[in-house]
Amino acid sequence: MADTSFVPAASQSRKGKLALRWLLYILLGLFALFYLMPLFVMITTSLKSLDEIRTGDLIALPREVTFDAWRTAWSGACTGIQCEGVRPFFWNSILIAIPAVAISTLLGAMNGYVVAQWRFRGANIIFSLMLFGCFIPFQVVLLPMARILGMMGIAGTIPGLIFVHVIYGLGFTTLFFRNYYVSIPAELTKAAKVDGAGFFRIFWSIFLPLSLPIIVVTVIWQFTQIWNDFLFGVSFSQAGTQPVTVALNNIVNSTTGVKEYNVDMAAAIIAALPTLFVYVVAGKYFVRGLTAGSVKG
Amino acid sequence: MTKWLEENTPKLVLAPSFVAILVFVYGFIAWTAWVSLTRSRLLPKYEIKGFIQYERLFDSPRWDTAFSNLFVFGFLFIAIAMILGLVLAILLDQNIRTEGAIRTIYLYPMALSMIVTGTAWKWILNPGLGLEALVRGWGFPDFTFDWLVNPDMAIYTIVIAAIWQSSGFVMALFLAGLRSVDQEIIKAAQVDGIPTWRVYTAIIIPSMAPIFLSAFIVLSHLAIKSFDLVIALTGGGPGYATDLPATYMYAMAFSRGDIGQAASSAMIMMMVVFAIVVPYLYSELRSKNG
Amino acid sequence: MKSYLMGAISGIAVVAATAAIAEPQAEVLHYWTSGGEAKSVAVLQEEFAANGGTWTDMPVAGGGGDAAMTALRARVLSGNAPTAVQLKGPAIQEWYEEGVLADISAVAEANGWADVLPDSIAGHMKCEGTWCAAPVNVHRVDWIWANAEVLKSNGIAMPTSWDEFNAAATKLQAAGIIPLAHGGQAWQDATVFEAVALGILGPDGFRKAFVDLDEATLTSDAMVAVFDQMRTMRGFVDPNFSGRDWNLATAMVMNGEAAFQIMGDWAKGEFMAAGKVPGKDFLCASTPGDGFLYNVDSFAMFDVDGDDKKAGQALLAKLVVGKNFQKVFNLNKGSIPARTDVPLDEFDSCALLSASDMAASSDNGSLLPSYAHGMALRGAQAGAITDVVTAHFNSDMSSADAVKQLAQAVANSM
Repeated sequence: MADTSFVPAASQSRKGKLALRWLLYILLGLFALFYLMPLFVMITTSLKSLDEIRTGDLIALPREVTFDAWRTAWSGACTGIQCEGVRPFFWNSILIAIPAVAISTLLGAMNGYVVAQWRFRGANIIFSLMLFGCFIPFQVVLLPMARILGMMGIAGTIPGLIFVHVIYGLGFTTLFFRNYYVSIPAELTKAAKVDGAGFFRIFWSIFLPLSLPIIVVTVIWQFTQIWNDFLFGVSFSQAGTQPVTVALNNIVNSTTGVKEYNVDMAAAIIAALPTLFVYVVAGKYFVRGLTAGSVKG
Repeated sequence: MTKWLEENTPKLVLAPSFVAILVFVYGFIAWTAWVSLTRSRLLPKYEIKGFIQYERLFDSPRWDTAFSNLFVFGFLFIAIAMILGLVLAILLDQNIRTEGAIRTIYLYPMALSMIVTGTAWKWILNPGLGLEALVRGWGFPDFTFDWLVNPDMAIYTIVIAAIWQSSGFVMALFLAGLRSVDQEIIKAAQVDGIPTWRVYTAIIIPSMAPIFLSAFIVLSHLAIKSFDLVIALTGGGPGYATDLPATYMYAMAFSRGDIGQAASSAMIMMMVVFAIVVPYLYSELRSKNG
Repeated sequence: MKSYLMGAISGIAVVAATAAIAEPQAEVLHYWTSGGEAKSVAVLQEEFAANGGTWTDMPVAGGGGDAAMTALRARVLSGNAPTAVQLKGPAIQEWYEEGVLADISAVAEANGWADVLPDSIAGHMKCEGTWCAAPVNVHRVDWIWANAEVLKSNGIAMPTSWDEFNAAATKLQAAGIIPLAHGGQAWQDATVFEAVALGILGPDGFRKAFVDLDEATLTSDAMVAVFDQMRTMRGFVDPNFSGRDWNLATAMVMNGEAAFQIMGDWAKGEFMAAGKVPGKDFLCASTPGDGFLYNVDSFAMFDVDGDDKKAGQALLAKLVVGKNFQKVFNLNKGSIPARTDVPLDEFDSCALLSASDMAASSDNGSLLPSYAHGMALRGAQAGAITDVVTAHFNSDMSSADAVKQLAQAVANSM
């Protein structure tokens, strides 16, 4: 595709240029359809009645739009004997995600600042050890982690889940900030030191104000990871602390009984709303933040 | 004392995170290595019994499938997601009027967990309900798209869904890369009459080498950890045709009560990770030390 | 205003009174989350509350309990075990061997469980002589369900041998009806497989193969014949069967798209929920051959601290095996009560058949645990067998190869 010349050379006719432009938009549109297809199916299904789902076809628009499924999913669907929908679990997820994102982002910023600007002997080795931690499959850590949470006395609690998410978020947050700060000239730190500013002072008044783009990237990444987590949520929660993904799984995975696809889909969309919101609203800053340096390798 | 504190503040700041990683990553890897040498069943035991778990693992046809799937899946997923991401980024970089909206559309799948989208994908790919039925309904009775239920092809449906989920993110990375290429060089090249495709292949793309590396790392991280995807889409089926090491390990540890076996498969997975990540870290740190 | 005050005072009084004695507490980990099941559990919760207990619900659905077992392991390792857990089959004994189960013999003896439970089912509830779990129900696994109308219009009777089944299926296929509604998930493949195996190997052969793991039986010619029949069955399912949920397969039988389904009696709940009448709209029969494969759901109590929780365990165990719960729960769920002295007059004809077959099988020794539903073998062995069964069913593997792999897989899983 790279050989299609979109910015035409002088010899090309105006017509050719226009055709290419059209081709470009058609291509982009087709890809947009591919990406939108599952969401489209989910939304239309959630607005149909069960009868219509059984008789109609997959991509047909709902003949009669009904929000019953949404209401049920939010506050009436059964997850076990409790029939309160995903609402109570939604709150749990918020209680877990917000502190976990905040703490891991702050720690990542401090770590990245140290590794990029206060290099000491062994800092690189420490950084690479931390980076390798990003790649550990989470299934591996479930059992020993359960043991440690038990010893710490926070098993099954929301602080316990926050702790786990912070630990396994550190690798990525440190990576993001380190790659960002490494492109800031070391002279800046040196000059500030000469002026008598200390470690925290420099971080606080020089680096943090520069960090907005990368903070956005990190927060988006961490929030998505933590909000969508199922494995930790199901393993390290107990009654009353289960996050929304676990509730969604309980609604969707019925072993007996009628499958209410419209409720399943509505619940799925509700569970995804916060992350969708973040991507739609902050998506612009996401690319901007990445441009600002985090990907400069 | 204050001087010591001042000099060592950076180390002290880094220390808690480092200790945490040491314990919760490396400690746990060591723990897993230990357990992989035992005959742990339902709960971990610590009596070493040798390499029996690894022998069992290599004797298992299901592990063979899972392990080779990792490479088929991993290779196709990483390669296609990268190419697609790059192509989309270049297309989007042509002064598209609706760029913001299109970018959001390409990017949003990353926001959703596969637990959320799995059901929709299952429908779309199901020959009786989804695309195949739809296209046949449009008057093409011979149209066949039954990969989901075909044991030889099912793994490719996992690839499709995985690409759907991650290629937008790769696009964002590349788009950011394109935007940070020095515009002066491009202008100069255009003034010299170099065709646009040459500008891309000879100047822009080579200058984005670090981004290829970042994208590769993010994608291989996703490939190795792919778990929700398989569970939501195929449950490992038909048969165990779409099993991956992560799902194999999970099945052994949690539904089979065979923790020793799960630990040995985890160790093999960790070795694959090691083989991929260490060269990256090496190059990363060499270039940054200079 | 006055009544508000009274209410507040009496409220305080209640709180004070319950704080004095240990109020039964139970956090119950289970994977019954959908409609009928959830309603059934709600019955238990209501009874529990009526007896002064507080029920904390901890549902974890998915993968036939896989996700729940993940949560359980993490909870036990963290020293924070749930009070009661839905657990069944040899897994109960496996957990007991880890030293984490509580002894509920006192409740069992006070309520005379030994007199009301069939011996083979009571056996599953005991760990080294003590009672360690409370049975909820008995599901029969080796059922074949059929659409009455479809059979009638094609002049087909319920098959009593696998040859008859094959003949009927061929005829149905010619008539454009899907003979066998099936969902291609490993556990469903295994469910059909064990029904076929019970029919072809007979009860003794089944016991040798899937309880004792006798190598000679696992590699016998009869086992080759079992896989041959599975290959034949593969030809009777529609092309879209992979990954289909079992209840969707049941729906295919219900609406006449397919004729038969081989599935445990939870499928009956689907028929009933759709207002179908057994004997009239749909037929139930045991799969061809002798014997009875059971799948017993049960609750195990974990070692916990605190008198309130221990009281909760005792109360829960007592209620679970109580006559009322056994009746109400099983009416909802399609199974039959585990205890034999529950009046069955409200149950349907399929359940009555199940109960009388169970009594007969119990007498002649053909009452057997289901391997596919984790009653006969420990997880590793059962899983190893299922791997081979599902790989064979979903590929063109020959029966001889399958038998060879079966023996290897079983040996490898030890």
